[in-house]
Amino acid sequence: MHFDLLAEAIVAGLMLGCFYAAVSVGLSVAFGLLDVPQIAHPAFLVLGAYGAYFLGQYGVDPLLAGALLTPVFFLGGLALYRFYHATFERRGGDAGLRGLAFFFGVSFILEVLLILSFGVDQRMVEAPYIGKSLALGEMRLPLRMLIAVGVALLLTLALSAYLSKTFTGRAIKAVAQDEMALSLMGADPVRIKHWAFAIATATCALAGALLIIVNPVEPGLGRLYIGRTFCVAVLAGLGSMPGTLVAGMILGVAESLVLNSLGASWAPAVAFGLLLLILAVRPSGLFGR
Amino acid sequence: MMKYLRAHFPWSAWTLLSAILLATIFTPATAQNAKPIRIGLSMAQTGALSGAGKSGLLGMQIWRDDVNSRGGLLGRPVELVVYDDQSNPAMAPGIYTKLLDVDKVDLLIAPYSTNVAAPIMPLVKQRDVLLIGNFALDANAQLRHDKYFNIMPWASVKDATLPLFSLCKKLGAKTIAVLAADAEFAQTFADGIRAGVKANGLESVYDQNYPPNTVDFSSMIRALRATKPDVVFVASYPSDSSAIIRAVNEIGVGSSVKLFGGGMVGLQNASIMESLGSALNGVVNYHVWAPEKTMNFPGVLDFIERYQAKAKQAKVDQLGFYLPPFNYAIGQLLADAVTATKSLDHKILAKYLHENEVKTVVGNIRFSATGEWANPRIVYVQFRGITDKNLEQFRAAGKQVIVAPDGFKTGEVSPFSQARE
Amino acid sequence: MRGWGRFSVGASVVLFTALVLTRVAANEYFFFAGYVVLQFVVLATAWNILGGYAGYVNFGAGAFFAAGAYTAVALMKLFSAPLPIQLIAAMCVTGLMGFVIGAMTLRLRGIFFSIATVAVAVICETVVMNWSLVGGARGTTVLPPPPPEGFSSYARMLFVLMTAIALLAVTLARHIETSKIGRGLRALRDNEEAAESVGVPTLRLKLFAATASGALMGLAGAPFPLYMNFIEPTSAFSLNYAVSALAMPIIGGTQIWIGPVIGALLLASVQQIVTVTVSSELNVLIVGVLLVVFVVAAPNGIVGLAQKLHKRWQRR
Repeated sequence: MHFDLLAEAIVAGLMLGCFYAAVSVGLSVAFGLLDVPQIAHPAFLVLGAYGAYFLGQYGVDPLLAGALLTPVFFLGGLALYRFYHATFERRGGDAGLRGLAFFFGVSFILEVLLILSFGVDQRMVEAPYIGKSLALGEMRLPLRMLIAVGVALLLTLALSAYLSKTFTGRAIKAVAQDEMALSLMGADPVRIKHWAFAIATATCALAGALLIIVNPVEPGLGRLYIGRTFCVAVLAGLGSMPGTLVAGMILGVAESLVLNSLGASWAPAVAFGLLLLILAVRPSGLFGR
Repeated sequence: MMKYLRAHFPWSAWTLLSAILLATIFTPATAQNAKPIRIGLSMAQTGALSGAGKSGLLGMQIWRDDVNSRGGLLGRPVELVVYDDQSNPAMAPGIYTKLLDVDKVDLLIAPYSTNVAAPIMPLVKQRDVLLIGNFALDANAQLRHDKYFNIMPWASVKDATLPLFSLCKKLGAKTIAVLAADAEFAQTFADGIRAGVKANGLESVYDQNYPPNTVDFSSMIRALRATKPDVVFVASYPSDSSAIIRAVNEIGVGSSVKLFGGGMVGLQNASIMESLGSALNGVVNYHVWAPEKTMNFPGVLDFIERYQAKAKQAKVDQLGFYLPPFNYAIGQLLADAVTATKSLDHKILAKYLHENEVKTVVGNIRFSATGEWANPRIVYVQFRGITDKNLEQFRAAGKQVIVAPDGFKTGEVSPFSQARE
Repeated sequence: MRGWGRFSVGASVVLFTALVLTRVAANEYFFFAGYVVLQFVVLATAWNILGGYAGYVNFGAGAFFAAGAYTAVALMKLFSAPLPIQLIAAMCVTGLMGFVIGAMTLRLRGIFFSIATVAVAVICETVVMNWSLVGGARGTTVLPPPPPEGFSSYARMLFVLMTAIALLAVTLARHIETSKIGRGLRALRDNEEAAESVGVPTLRLKLFAATASGALMGLAGAPFPLYMNFIEPTSAFSLNYAVSALAMPIIGGTQIWIGPVIGALLLASVQQIVTVTVSSELNVLIVGVLLVVFVVAAPNGIVGLAQKLHKRWQRR
């Protein structure tokens, strides 16, 4: 491979990695910090994508649509967690395992609701930045992938700052480590968890809009993202925001390089093989707590 | 109780109720005279194949309504027994045994696509029943079942590669790049191309199989561009097709490219065509039907018009250029054979279909010994003068110009980079 | 060893009934649908040995199933090996795979383990996609030999075979559950460090459970190519297997061998029935709603619910 092609592949991989990080960041919170087995996270991403598509039909820019839908998703997340908490966490037992089956059920239901309201055909959105690219010498950077970089940086940096700078943010981090200590501090761990899960779900609005900006979506797309998003969240080390960004980039670059090697069709095996390798060395992820 | 009913239930309602009751008592007698002809099939209504599957099913339902409004077949109404195979081949054996043994259907249509049809071929051969294939490529090559007839207008991958190579020659191409999805149809198609590269005086400069559901193609397109190919052959599935076209639009494939496309599934689909818009210009791709004058078979425009009127409400493909007319034609095929032979005996029907040419909305069809079209007809269209956000434009001629084969040509192919200006 | 007598009588009756059915039932469809339901009984039971008893959630059930199926295909293509050889080979290959993921539990706990099984599944699928002997991404047609002596069709033979495999799986699961192994597994599920410190050989137990679970899943997949007459990677590695293998025990109950059996019989039958009745996108909706309703309404599975109702009834 020529040097300039290698450089281009790495740049493309970094941008792709940012996209992976952006769609996984909500999972890093819900699953990484709260231990909620949110298998339905990708289904919510697809829901966000269809939200952007729906508003796009009225001429709303997909990114703006994502921002507009964020509070709606926040409330949805609040309601979902309230139900989850009341039925699973409070009752104790193997909440994690049953939660898994529950969220699988939720994602199937979401998928069918999307089929019933939008049909099974692929949907795309139109925006001035889709289909254009930025020229850097010989290099062309697709604007939609640059948007992915922007959204990924925005989400990870904002969440990272929120988690370390604000009181609630620090409480969320504390809840992940020691619920008991938090309640001794006078904060209600359950309320904190509600709040955090709602934030995690809210990110699906913007990340979902990003999903449909980058590629067309169809109702069953979420199933393909279960592996990818969990891979990023776990590789990151549960709950680490910078870790999510780094993990996404590692996967993105690995995928991009293999796609440019002689055996492009081996890309999934290489990406997940890398995950196994990293887990073998660091069993709780790159930035594990 | 009676008092209450009398007070709240007018006499007219009572009469109506008794009429309905009487009708139900007497209908069994009439229904026995006109026991419906049941036609069984499975069709993907969820999963990866459901976009095409749902549109095809609508085409078939329009045929059923047409034939029933004309009094049915052999004086009996026609009923479709349809199951959803979820685009999953593993569902097919169970569904087709049910159709044969429990529903006892009179006629059988194969599921859409090669992979879902493959599991039922041995079953059908073993039971020795008539099966109309629904876009399964070369599914009967191994078994050679003599009661199989495929509606897909190409018999083998050669039918698709020959016109494409003739286009390469016409454009004076010397080098070719191949980009194919690592999945069934794309691999079959790409292997056909690979096999013919040398014989057609071409040199392969790039050849990659990408894994299904790849998100970003920009780095592959860059690597491909660096090899400066004359022809870029792409065999891809719907979501990849749009991603590849977008990446080409953003990155560019270089001015050397004279021909781009070939086997991209999805570029026949209304929602994808509409969203890609002007990015499609210049792309050459396989097709089975386009609104061009050489494809104006008797009845097809009328069908397309009626299909489009219903498609919006049914939330399926708004144009219906791919599967729908062919699935309407499946109905016509069966209707023709049944009416001409006045029989539902599969042996007689198969004999008729082997010996006679059948008139359908997709043209007259004659079948070869293996049940494929005797005169295969795959066309290549070039997208021209497409604008953004406009579904209507695709309904008119001149936007998807047929450039090969010669018999159906409505325009000459223009080099990719030129056609994009 | 209390109850083994009754259990073996029950198992024999089931096998005998299956054999009789292949003689008397005229409806071929029954055997096709029945085969699928039984296949899920095996998958769910196998998953539960590692997931339910030991608490290690395997997300890669589809990969084990497909590995079994593809081992069989490879043997058919290479040596035209007969079905019994295929079954044994499939069991060995997936048993080994199970051993490998069992060894991963050395370092990986909880969700890290689950994600590692996903990674194994993706790698296996990619290998098959690029392996032309077994048809690669395109898939390959597998024609079954004529039905063996005493069976009027191959599907009937496979139905009896799958019944036998299901009984084998359930027997093994029951044995594990009631023996010392089961007690050890439950101890390490509740607290691995504590179990280790009181002398439970946790690694040996986990390796055993993972190997047994993997071998049984492979056994469930081995006859699949002959059932389908065809195989291709996308459907063989389908997410459905992974979801069902975990959802069925959860719905039925993970603490006792009958739980996965009930869950599988219920969910798989419902899936078969809706496929040929409702048959549209509502299929998926029904499965989704069932999952949600059962995990909400029956926190310890149907078995747990039944026990609770029984206790309440006794108290009256």
